Amino acid sequence: MKITRDDVLRVAQLAHLELSEGEVELYRGQLDAILSYADKLNEIDVSGVEPMAQVLAGATGSGASGGASASIGANGDAEERHNSALREDVERPMHTAEAVLKIAPDPVPPYFRVPKVIER
Amino acid sequence: MSHTAPWTVATIRTALERRKVSARELADEFFAAIARRNPELNAYLALSPGLAYQQAGRVDAAVAKGEPLPALAGVPIAVKDVLSTTGIPTTCGSKILQNYVPPYNATAVERLEAAGAVILGKTNCDEFAMGSSNENSAYGPVHNPVALDRVPGGSSGGSAAAVAAGLAVAALGTDTGGSIRQPGACCGIPAVMPTYGRVSRYGLIAFASSLDRIGPFATNIADAAAVLGTIAGHDPLDSTSADIAVPSYAQEIDKDLAGLRIGVPEDYFGAGLDPEVRQHVEAGIALLEKLGCKRIPLKMPHTDYAIATYYIIATAEASSNLARYDGVRYGLRVSGATLMDMYRKTREQGFGAEVKRRIMLGTYALSAGYYDAYYLRAQKVRTLIFRDFADAFLKCDLIVTPTAPTPAFRLGEKTADPLQMYLADIYTVTGSLAGVPGISVPCGNTRGGLPVGLQIFGSHFGEGKMLQAAGQFEKAGGFAIGN
Repeated sequence: MKITRDDVLRVAQLAHLELSEGEVELYRGQLDAILSYADKLNEIDVSGVEPMAQVLAGATGSGASGGASASIGANGDAEERHNSALREDVERPMHTAEAVLKIAPDPVPPYFRVPKVIER
Repeated sequence: MSHTAPWTVATIRTALERRKVSARELADEFFAAIARRNPELNAYLALSPGLAYQQAGRVDAAVAKGEPLPALAGVPIAVKDVLSTTGIPTTCGSKILQNYVPPYNATAVERLEAAGAVILGKTNCDEFAMGSSNENSAYGPVHNPVALDRVPGGSSGGSAAAVAAGLAVAALGTDTGGSIRQPGACCGIPAVMPTYGRVSRYGLIAFASSLDRIGPFATNIADAAAVLGTIAGHDPLDSTSADIAVPSYAQEIDKDLAGLRIGVPEDYFGAGLDPEVRQHVEAGIALLEKLGCKRIPLKMPHTDYAIATYYIIATAEASSNLARYDGVRYGLRVSGATLMDMYRKTREQGFGAEVKRRIMLGTYALSAGYYDAYYLRAQKVRTLIFRDFADAFLKCDLIVTPTAPTPAFRLGEKTADPLQMYLADIYTVTGSLAGVPGISVPCGNTRGGLPVGLQIFGSHFGEGKMLQAAGQFEKAGGFAIGN
């Protein structure tokens, strides 16, 4: 058994999920099966392989995401395309505050009201 | 106006220009069809007649004045419920966004409207686009119009079913691991996942940001190309959208296929592939060869690792993206004594079982002590899967495979075993991880009358060649092959 009941409770707490007793046991079994299946990734030698956070970082200008990136051209060449995603730093009024607060569960313009934050 | 063949972008345009039909009458016709058929299909979650008739009125006014009509003037289109639409509820198939009405449009929706399209409403989908059968929607499953006891595929099942049943001329879906292509295959219609970065994701409610894409369903390749051409292109509001010119896809479709090299990876034809699906896909490949394509046998050795890689990366990104649903700013709030109590109760009551499962899986894969073993390793294997594609495209122009290992399965057949459900994506997640475009085209029906899908992958930004092959395949009768 890979995943214990305590693992499920720990992860649920990290993810801010409150699980029922039935869910804890259901997810324990299911996560265990899925992660056991994912163990097949250990069959592969990945030494020296760069992790890929995002494809086409060169093409899309999101090179800052790090890791390997390239694009596959029509002739199969992996090519780097450069297109900075940075824009001019100029103010652009959005005028959305009113519309956004209108759909909030408990708005007190210009704020969202929430329960008191109490130290545990 | 009465007609027998289904409406297409081209027939609508001609009919409008010749005043055989008005955009309002078209909208009437489609809303009437939806009223008749949607109760058994559950394809639409919300209709937007007010906005649709406003838009139809604008199109009719342009016709009356003799103004040139934009590309999709009067074309009735459905939009998957994970795409933000101003003034139309956008639930993502989730209870946590039950009453959410976005104050802005997704860029893809904005572009459809600017091109004259008439948006009929929002289509059902697996909650937050997580699923392969549409059974994870909080608003009930969609039924496949081809066989009502079968799933339409997922997660864009409502969009696929709406188009296949004639309840929209085209629809937008989203594809993270196969969510456009697999339902396209299940419902027997063309379904396009463009290159990552080809279509802006602005206003697409995020599932896995390095994988999510928006693309069209249609009944024919020309219509799919027209919708893709409309929504594609750079958008300053999405920093991952590519600043690369959008070609005229309509022109690409007409080119013949002589000399085109189609790679056929043996790794997609192994155990688990339904024999009838294999037979139809082989017949489809033979047809492409008859049309002048050269078949290139391929090996893509990391294919077998794609499901594990995908479900680690996608769930890790999902656990981060879905952290925003906490009851503070929009959507459901379940009150609690403390802020933390409110977060936890809101998420417990708002999210369905599959979403919670994926959040937990992703949280686990990113958590201290497991990050290197799962998330980082999966990102490295993603590089290897990407290289499989880069190597393949040195030898061929397109890659042809089955879209899904089986035809549409029965409702309820796989709900008890999430891992079995995940394996429905075995041939689609590879292209998702590599960022390449893919299309599923109909490739005949099984003896039981269920549609089979043939998948064609292109190189990055190679949608033109991909649509060319799909268009010629359609013209040569490939959609009904073996029937």
